[in-house]
Amino acid sequence: MSNLIEGRTGPWEVVIGLETHAQIVSEAKLFSGAATAFGAEPNTQVSTVDAAFPGMLPVINRHCVEQAVKTGLGLNARINLVSVFDRKNYFYADLPAGYQISQYKSPVVGKGEIELDMPDGETRRIGITRLHLEQDAGKSLHDQHPTMTYVDLNRAGVALMEIVSEPDIRSAEEAGVYVRKLRSILRYLGTCDGNMEEGSLRCDCNVSVRRPGGALGTRAEIKNVNSVRFVMQAIEYETRRQIAILEDGGSIVQETRLYDSHRGETRSMRSKENDFDYRYFPDPDLLPLELDAAWVESLKRDLPELPDAKKARLVADYGLSPYDADVLVAEKSHADYFEAVARGRDAKLAANWVTGDLFGALNKIGAAIETSPVSAAALGDLLDLIQDNTISGRIAKDVFAAMLETGKSAGTIVAERGLRQVTDAGPIEAAIDTVLAGNADKVAEYRAGKDKLYGFFVGQVMKETGGKANPALLNDLLRKKLAG
Amino acid sequence: MSALTRLTLVEARDGLRARQFSARELTAAHLDAMAAARSLNAFVTETPEHALAQAAASDARLARGEGGALDGVPLAIKDLFCTKDILTTACSRILDGFIPPYESTVTAKLWDAGAVMLGKTSLDEFAMGSSNATSCYGPVENPWRRRGDNRPLVPGGSSGGSAAAVAARLALGATGTDTGGSIRQPASFCGVVGMKPTYGRCSRWGVIAFASSLDHPGPITRTVRDAALMLQTMAGHDPKDATSAPISVPDFAASLTGDIRGLRIGIPQEYRVDGMPHEIEALWRRGVEWIRDAGAEPVEISLPMTKYALATYYIIAPAEASSNLARYDGVRFGLRVPGDSLDAMYENTRAAGFGAEVKRRILIGTYVLSAGYYDAYYVRAQKIRTLIARDFQEAFTRCDAILTPTTPSPAFALGEKQDDPITMYLNDVFTVPADLAGLPAISVPAGLSDDGLPLGLHVIGRAFDEETMFRVAGAIESAAAFTAEPQR
Repeated sequence: MSNLIEGRTGPWEVVIGLETHAQIVSEAKLFSGAATAFGAEPNTQVSTVDAAFPGMLPVINRHCVEQAVKTGLGLNARINLVSVFDRKNYFYADLPAGYQISQYKSPVVGKGEIELDMPDGETRRIGITRLHLEQDAGKSLHDQHPTMTYVDLNRAGVALMEIVSEPDIRSAEEAGVYVRKLRSILRYLGTCDGNMEEGSLRCDCNVSVRRPGGALGTRAEIKNVNSVRFVMQAIEYETRRQIAILEDGGSIVQETRLYDSHRGETRSMRSKENDFDYRYFPDPDLLPLELDAAWVESLKRDLPELPDAKKARLVADYGLSPYDADVLVAEKSHADYFEAVARGRDAKLAANWVTGDLFGALNKIGAAIETSPVSAAALGDLLDLIQDNTISGRIAKDVFAAMLETGKSAGTIVAERGLRQVTDAGPIEAAIDTVLAGNADKVAEYRAGKDKLYGFFVGQVMKETGGKANPALLNDLLRKKLAG
Repeated sequence: MSALTRLTLVEARDGLRARQFSARELTAAHLDAMAAARSLNAFVTETPEHALAQAAASDARLARGEGGALDGVPLAIKDLFCTKDILTTACSRILDGFIPPYESTVTAKLWDAGAVMLGKTSLDEFAMGSSNATSCYGPVENPWRRRGDNRPLVPGGSSGGSAAAVAARLALGATGTDTGGSIRQPASFCGVVGMKPTYGRCSRWGVIAFASSLDHPGPITRTVRDAALMLQTMAGHDPKDATSAPISVPDFAASLTGDIRGLRIGIPQEYRVDGMPHEIEALWRRGVEWIRDAGAEPVEISLPMTKYALATYYIIAPAEASSNLARYDGVRFGLRVPGDSLDAMYENTRAAGFGAEVKRRILIGTYVLSAGYYDAYYVRAQKIRTLIARDFQEAFTRCDAILTPTTPSPAFALGEKQDDPITMYLNDVFTVPADLAGLPAISVPAGLSDDGLPLGLHVIGRAFDEETMFRVAGAIESAAAFTAEPQR
């Protein structure tokens, strides 16, 4: 697959690296005992440590370290048994201490890798440079007062993982697949909820363009992009912008840019010359973080099955197509649901129902699978009724719709509405006779060679039986009758 | 002067337990002494009502026989320790009106042991200084005067208020913090005992930070035994301070056997600095004789990296300070001077809130951490710091404790060394290495200068071996038999 972009003056290649900030799933902040729940009243989840009161000291939250190490293991990355927390110094109203505690030279996680399954079936490997722990800043609210800025410190001190990719990504589409895949891995691990709307996952996109195989171009960094769609749009825009400048004989300025999703464009925030000097140095309040190798091993042993392994297993054990497996493993809850339905049943049938009817229905009512009105067990019961010929696949669709609406079980709906499939030849034959008698002209046409009319007869007979005729038996009998 | 204020801390504790006097009487005597000595400017906040209430509670406990280790003992607290609901300023305008909603770990331990707080003592602003002259509350006077000279002298710094208060019999003991010598130098200038334990022995939680990797809380008292008793209560692992050592606290007073026979005492040859006054040199020689007479063996040791200690300190301490003091921005607490923009507010607030010495150190610290200078200054300083610690480790294979003078001079007059910061910084030349290496060290009053000012000898111990350090200090204290008292 070629990702080259044809410009006015020839082909261009885009080079992308992503820095993803993932909020760690944790009850408490990275260095204080304060709570982390989203959406609380402003400044209600702030300890004197978070507000950087005089004499307050940070103490590392062990759970957050565990989450970072698990994530590193999930990215097949090297775990650094010794890492160091540094201070990143800059002044801002929502940064209470005047520095952010981060890991600069010695991150807790080193090189790793993510495998991307591209829609065209190709597999791409994207290197992970590092993952480090850091604390989030608070939030400045500029729109609450005509002349004042309000500061909400609820987020200040919340634990983040910054996951940095190598500049291995070559298109906006790949970037989108990368973010989705990374989010999926984080959610499987339970280390980040991946909720981009709430800001739990944000991306900085480093974008540059070059002639294919040429030297790397100057990059621009697009800060804080908060959805997969925006990541792709921002990169698309930025790529076109840079190519246009270069093709007009200009040069790219190394700078930080913002993505404006309303206008669909990136805008300059500050150039490198105006960049802060963060004066990083090791935080003297914190000793180097030392991990026990046996502890890391035990985390590795207890790691849950991750998307790649699950996909391979669904293909191998259930005979699913790679495509269906891919769709199902994107969310662990989807795969879990599928497996609960498929266990002991026709897996292909289960996959079709889950990815087709169920996902369609959930999409329509805007429900997540966790709150689906039809549980995996209930859907399983419905499939059992299909498989033991109690109802036809067609009737099953109606039963499913009724299940969604009423919450009743498939068996109850079939019984209440008399939807049990007709498997006796007698009533079906009678229905066929009625239909053929009423459509003598069409029967004649069919027999004269107009095969297409067969479907018409099937439909009419189904209608005559209220949809309950066993389709196989109906076919069998109808063909015989039409053959005369 | 009341007889009650002339007691040592240990004597007072024993008298309280024997019900010879009440905690209220003891506290009232000290409050009276404080009122009579306000001209020293040792206290920046007096808390008499709080003290009398604590004393009354102490009396009730003592009557029930439930007294804690320091029950009823009146103490002064350096205004760098956050005290719940009581103004805490670091003697800086930038903390104008700051009342902490929490109590520092060290002071909480003192109150839990029954101690009584008399008030908060002055210090050089944010503990940056060696004269207590940079306090926003004005300078503190040393209760001592030169013989035949009535000019006021500095008490040393930064814990100058605490040292002056203990020397003037305004408190039985006081807390201090030592970053480059801030407990030991003022103790030496004021003729009292000042000790800083091993880094990690006393929690820094709730102590306003100057330089986190160098800040050591410790006691200032009139005797070595008092220091041991006070440290006993102040020390201990604190899970709220990640640099606090999870090591059990030994019985320090039990180490004061007076017996130092067989101990090898290191005499570092490099501490014979150029231009050291003869009286300091003579005192040091006397100290060596005392320990020899007590049966210990003086051994020549070498600490070759010592000559870089001061330069190293004046890179690392300002670097950490520049970052630690960034939180004083006018946004959340303390002083705010408004401006047209956020940056203007920062500039106005910090310009008005910080004194000249603090600004100087923030500038130095910002400079040495800046891109392009970081490796040349900060990284090299850290390497030398490691080498200095290694020097001590090496020396301690040949000796059990180290003996040096505490300061290169006795107390000087107010304004005498103000013009040149470098001369001022030289005050810490003997004390800084133990801070860089995190080692326990103590200053013991050991004699008088030619013009009648107290001079201290300085004992440095191995990490977490305060016991040997105390034992040697106790022997020096006995031999020196220092009984001189300030005139005022």
